[in-house]
Amino acid sequence: MELLRFATVGSVDDGKSTLIGRLLYDSKSIMQDQWDAIEHTSEQRGEEYVNLALLTDGLRAEREQGITIDVAYRYFHTPKRKFIIADTPGHVQYTRNMVTGASTANLALILIDARQGVVEQSRRHAFISALLGIPHLVVCVNKMDLVDYEESAFNAVRDEFAAFASKLDVRDVTFIPMSALAGDNVVEPSDRMPWFTGKPLLEHLEEVEIALDEDLDGRRFPVQYVIRPMREEYHDYRGYAGKVAGGVFRAGDAVAVFPGGRRTTISAIDTFDGPVEAAAPPMSVTIRLADDIDVSRGNMIVGADRAPISAQHVEGWVCWMTDRSRLTPGTRLAIKHTTHSARAIVTGVLSRLEINTLAEDIDVDGLSLNEIGRVTLRTTEPLFFDPYRENRHTGSFILIDEATNHTVGAGMLLGAIEE
Amino acid sequence: MTATLPRELTHLEVLESESIHIIREVAAEFEKPALLFSGGKDSIVMLRLAEKAFWPARIPFPVVHIDTGHNFPEVIEYRDKRVAELGVKLVVGSVEDAIAAGKVVEETGPRASRNRLQTAVLLETIAAGKYDAVFGGARRDEEKARAKERVYSFRDEFGQWDPKNQRPELWDLFNGRRRVGEHIRVFPISNWTELDIWQYIQDDGIEIPSIYFAHERPVFERDGMWMAEMGVMPHLPGEVVQNQVVRFRTVGDMTCTAAVSSDARTVQDVIAEIAATRITERGASRADDKFSEAAMEDRKREGYF
Repeated sequence: MELLRFATVGSVDDGKSTLIGRLLYDSKSIMQDQWDAIEHTSEQRGEEYVNLALLTDGLRAEREQGITIDVAYRYFHTPKRKFIIADTPGHVQYTRNMVTGASTANLALILIDARQGVVEQSRRHAFISALLGIPHLVVCVNKMDLVDYEESAFNAVRDEFAAFASKLDVRDVTFIPMSALAGDNVVEPSDRMPWFTGKPLLEHLEEVEIALDEDLDGRRFPVQYVIRPMREEYHDYRGYAGKVAGGVFRAGDAVAVFPGGRRTTISAIDTFDGPVEAAAPPMSVTIRLADDIDVSRGNMIVGADRAPISAQHVEGWVCWMTDRSRLTPGTRLAIKHTTHSARAIVTGVLSRLEINTLAEDIDVDGLSLNEIGRVTLRTTEPLFFDPYRENRHTGSFILIDEATNHTVGAGMLLGAIEE
Repeated sequence: MTATLPRELTHLEVLESESIHIIREVAAEFEKPALLFSGGKDSIVMLRLAEKAFWPARIPFPVVHIDTGHNFPEVIEYRDKRVAELGVKLVVGSVEDAIAAGKVVEETGPRASRNRLQTAVLLETIAAGKYDAVFGGARRDEEKARAKERVYSFRDEFGQWDPKNQRPELWDLFNGRRRVGEHIRVFPISNWTELDIWQYIQDDGIEIPSIYFAHERPVFERDGMWMAEMGVMPHLPGEVVQNQVVRFRTVGDMTCTAAVSSDARTVQDVIAEIAATRITERGASRADDKFSEAAMEDRKREGYF
């Protein structure tokens, strides 16, 4: 069974909690005691319907204030696939949470109220999904029951969204008319919208092709940990443990080790369960090399045919995630990129994005909480990377404030700065 | 030329790989990690994943057990056997010793539980061992508060979790920075469900303590759950000891872990039973979560794992 990670974005008003509740309920992933508990709480609060948002709003403050504060993870499965939902709130800390939830997703569900059409928020959702490189978007045109299941209403939303999305770097967009409340096109096809010939949502989630989402061309293996058993039996064993971040590695492959780019050959790929013939993302394996060269954590083993970019002055998109400080030229931060940690200084803030218009404001002095912009950074050590749009693993980084130890920035690399 | 994938990975392979990645990150970035082992199925799987992460080397950190003194003997036996097999160091934090030394005060009455005392002993054991990262076998599907907890869960010097002030966690880039006295609880199996755990136990042929399978034992009914009669819990009026065929879905301290009626005698039977069940494992068997809607969140704020 395959695993699909998807993010749901939107606010309560779009019917997002109802949709998730329906997916969980109809796939029998809500247990009786959970149902009883939220039914009881809904009754106590005098709510007319069982409030499915209570399933995901787990924190005391969330239930007291009736808001969702943080990304919640939910799990369900069908006979075909296992699903992990990153449910991101619509209002509070909006961009920061969505970037977090979207960072690991293969697919994003964007909810649009059929009566309202494409609103500012839908544009933001689509933009962030594209920026975070989510390969598949599903636009759920919800509340079709409130527009009499009219095809024209669906078409209007679809056309408007498609026109906007064509300006974004998105590979695959699917539109589904639905009513999460009434259950149309969520799990079962709707007989009230015979004009719609596509699949209902669950079927789409079960069948969307995700195997090709990883970069299989550029072989990338950030070294995490050096395994030296110090046991008689494995006296000379020296293995490099890590998770494959790109490409398919095989024993016998010619590889290069960065920094330096020294050439060698893979002698074996080990796992606890025995050697493997080939290792692809996201497998955790241990690679042994034919030559005795010095390799340590933070180094990267790559295919000899295609080197990563190696640079100490880089440009990338950064989403700033704290209100305690701003990102401005001269800011010093710790940077974590693959298994490599270094320090960085901000050399320039080139733009700030107006997410609603997609315009880049270039007259800026910095980024504040929830703002996204193009930033240049100089690092204390070279980074070995690929542009984020080619590889999400080797193209992403986080920024950490060394005074508070908080994660304050999420970054997506664009390329090296020519000196 | 586009390379081809050797084959699709199954969801269990993806989860296994993710967990191994997390365990290796911690071993690489922390000075003194430790792995909390309760003898429960989740920590059994976690220990297995740690074994896989470093093979053919030994697990490079100790296993810590917080012993409430109310453990099932089968679980202690299992623990000792496993630790010997792996050649890993075992550190026991004893609630009984803490009570004897007057460091904590035992609750009294028929509803007394050592669950709260466990937190104090856990924090003391972490401080004494100077552990800066502690692996726990918690899963996000277990409970609502856990659904919002990070894989790297930052704890201040009092061991407290602050749910409103969590560090954003992106991609697979974990921020393990901490000051002296602070530590990180790490949950490498966050994304596994109860069913995943059982399927993995099945596929991997992992041995588990016998109390997870149906067996006959003396029990009494409390709050609609079967509590094991082991001579440690005083009875409330009307509680009658009787023999029932039961198994445990979760394993913790005897005073707060209940059994469920079941005739599942093999891992396969258990998987079939879980796939058909309509009640969560905590709802069915954990008295400690039933006190309020936010019971888990409140205990975590105090330093519970």
